[in-house]
Amino acid sequence: MEPVVHLRDAVALLGRFPALAGINLDVARGEVVLLRGPNGAGKTTVLRVCAGLVPVVRGEATVLGHDLRHDVRPVRRRVGLLGHATGLFDDLTVADNVTFWGRAYRATPADIDAALDLVGLSGRLRDVGVARLSAGQRRRTSLACLLARRPELWLLDEPHAGLDHDARDLLDGLVRQAADQGATVLLSSHELERAEALADRVVTLDGGMAGRVEPGVVPTEAAKAPATTLTGVPDVA
Amino acid sequence: MWRDASLIAGRDLRVEARSRVTLNQVAPFALLVLILFAFALDPDGPILERATPGLYWVTVLFSALLAIARSAALDETDGVRDALRLSALDPAGVFVGKAAAVAAELAALEVLLGVGVIILYGADPASLGLLLATCLAATVAVASTGTLYGALVSGLRVRETLLPLLLLPVLAPVLIAATRAFESALGGDPARGWPWCGLLATFAVLYSVAGALAYGTLLEGS
Repeated sequence: MEPVVHLRDAVALLGRFPALAGINLDVARGEVVLLRGPNGAGKTTVLRVCAGLVPVVRGEATVLGHDLRHDVRPVRRRVGLLGHATGLFDDLTVADNVTFWGRAYRATPADIDAALDLVGLSGRLRDVGVARLSAGQRRRTSLACLLARRPELWLLDEPHAGLDHDARDLLDGLVRQAADQGATVLLSSHELERAEALADRVVTLDGGMAGRVEPGVVPTEAAKAPATTLTGVPDVA
Repeated sequence: MWRDASLIAGRDLRVEARSRVTLNQVAPFALLVLILFAFALDPDGPILERATPGLYWVTVLFSALLAIARSAALDETDGVRDALRLSALDPAGVFVGKAAAVAAELAALEVLLGVGVIILYGADPASLGLLLATCLAATVAVASTGTLYGALVSGLRVRETLLPLLLLPVLAPVLIAATRAFESALGGDPARGWPWCGLLATFAVLYSVAGALAYGTLLEGS
């Protein structure tokens, strides 16, 4: 089966700086893959590349069957990115925000209500202005926006940050449920113990390159293949 | 595209309704400018009467800068631009929606300023048809041009100061044409004002089309 994410010697630039220096990564449908590595290793860039937000300038990059170098719009509509920024409007209520982004992603009103319900924001918090929310509640609101669009590929950048214990459990449950229903999940996290328990496979990044498949996690069929290999830094000047 | 435009315009106007920036800050600023002009130019003298059309449109442009900067800033906050790029929204629809929201705010300001010049400057709103047509064309022109340039400077650290520097020279033809049309309308000679109104309409159409076509590229590039 064709992988949902296929990066082969992919090079991505941030300005003139090679943020990804020839990365190789394959992720199969329904897989939950954890990207880990030190700050600046390129985890966020990998997620943004897969979302079609950072262009790949060299190598192969295919997401959900579309070549990211030539056909990025269909990819963007089918992925959901939960990043450091929330994408919320402080002057609007929780319901206003989720409804706006839900409609922008062509979600139905039922999907929007279900998303609010799933993250526990369908009660009195629904009509509270986002500016008055705690960091964790803002994160939940962002998660509701992501759930409303029902993405095929979840891209989660430090999804546990700012969440309390219950909310983290909730998030993990939603991720596992989505994966069981066929969604693919690529996440980065410094909450290693929790994230490793959630992931089917761990990929270590360093200096914009994928390192190795970690032992100690249950590999999927795709993971048994040498999906991640170390490659040299190409000349991108 | 129209569905997306409606969604974006609704969002921007809802944010405005909740934050009340135009009501509490831009509108008082506009009235203050009108009052200061009245103090600077003797309200009983002929200069103020002759300068009324120009002062009205200068005040509209200054106020528009605030509304446009506010509109552009909405999509700069906390990852909103990335979320827009990931959405299924048509960039042309986003442009039209943002321009429509700015135009709605400007239209409200123009009504307020119109009342202001009647009371403070003693202007006589004869030739109402020409006045309304001029306001409509100029509002669309300013809103579409401002939305386009707001996207152009987005992502730059100096965008707040750069926007007026870029926008005001581009809007100079709007200021001249709207002022001439208003002079004709207030002077009781509307026939001379309609060609200026036509120029405004042409400007509005050109920048609306250019903005709708270019907005996607600007959204990606910023």
